[in-house]
Amino acid sequence: MIWPSTPSQTVGPYFAIGLPWPAGPHAVADGTAGAITISGTVYDGAGSPIPDFLLETWQADPEGRFADMWGYGGPSELDGFRGFSRCGFEDGDGSFEIVTVKPGRVTLHGGAIAAPHIDVSLFARGMLHRVVTRWYFADEEEANATDPALARVPPERRDTLLAKPVDGGYEIDLRLQGEGETVFFDL
Amino acid sequence: MTEAQTEPRQIYEPIVDTPTSYVREGPDIHPPLDSPGYKSTQLRHPKQPLVYLPQGLTEVTGPALGPAVILGELDHDLTRQHDGEPIGERISISGRVFDTEGKPLRNTLVEIWQANACGRYRHRWDRWPAPLDPNFSGAGRCLTDDEGRYRFVTIKPGPYPWGNHYNAWRPAHVHFSLLGRAFAQRLVTQMYFPGDPLFPYDPIFNSVRDEAARERMVSRFSMHGSQPDWALAYEWDIYLRGPGATPFESAL
Repeated sequence: MIWPSTPSQTVGPYFAIGLPWPAGPHAVADGTAGAITISGTVYDGAGSPIPDFLLETWQADPEGRFADMWGYGGPSELDGFRGFSRCGFEDGDGSFEIVTVKPGRVTLHGGAIAAPHIDVSLFARGMLHRVVTRWYFADEEEANATDPALARVPPERRDTLLAKPVDGGYEIDLRLQGEGETVFFDL
Repeated sequence: MTEAQTEPRQIYEPIVDTPTSYVREGPDIHPPLDSPGYKSTQLRHPKQPLVYLPQGLTEVTGPALGPAVILGELDHDLTRQHDGEPIGERISISGRVFDTEGKPLRNTLVEIWQANACGRYRHRWDRWPAPLDPNFSGAGRCLTDDEGRYRFVTIKPGPYPWGNHYNAWRPAHVHFSLLGRAFAQRLVTQMYFPGDPLFPYDPIFNSVRDEAARERMVSRFSMHGSQPDWALAYEWDIYLRGPGATPFESAL
């Protein structure tokens, strides 16, 4: 028997009383070698920064292994690696910053190899369900060229998924709607 | 929900039973991001079509977040987080977290947040004239046990007005956040209480278009689960999507 899924509802305006926690934006332990920041701003369809959103990320370590709860895919051996980050803002300027390490390439079932990427969920008031996107890295041109998921994205929109190198890490914005709308995935 | 369905079911074995993909849910399970009755969706829904994402390891894995966010033994009891007790109707909310094949999800994080008995959130954006309760913060968290069970003790939240339209009121609800065991299973939703007279008027509740699907967001009152001289009980089971049919989807 198959049971139907419980439907999604909006995270609403008041999630900040429950979900964010101080270390949430850190996907790696303090002092992890090679740690980087990934920062950006989230915009709505009017081009205005969104003051209230919850952003979560999930990724492999530099070896392509996960801090998965069951050790699936071979557990990460990077000390203190959580691979998950959560930023939540109740009244921000639209910007976020997470601290992590650049993920490695992940071998997929069937032998294909994914380019380094981070899975991203975005929740907010006015969104009845999360939207899912991925961050790739603009300086991984060779790996990106053969990534099975990027291959499905219309070439003229791929740029919205590419984090650009900046001092100390990378930068990428999310645009929910309109000009330069971020590619969101059907997962 | 029958008695038979609440019997313990198969428990996942780590690794061996880890799905290699999750079922595609289709457009009718969750509410559409573009739901004009809920005004704030207007500028916050993508207009471009979603792009099909072949599921890989990143989507079928997920974090073990419990140790990072669960601070203590009383995190599940919202009535014991302060020196005094909150005002309101003391209740328990319990249930099980399953995947859509009916397998319980053990050791997975359940987080809740809610308004107080007057319908006021302890949040600086909530300014409607109802009193805050010094003994109520309104947030809790717990991990499911080996049978996928969670349990919270709290007070029943009140309904509250919001600015969506004239005389708009939210039915009483508790926000739920579920990590599942995989990125693909992540779910944020709201649990409602049975028989709420505000259901027909709420565009968020009704953004789920199918009546049977809306019912899956409504808890049931349990006389059996209520504790004499202490608390009434509400029960609510949550279903996160289960394994997909194609084991090696990412190779396609």
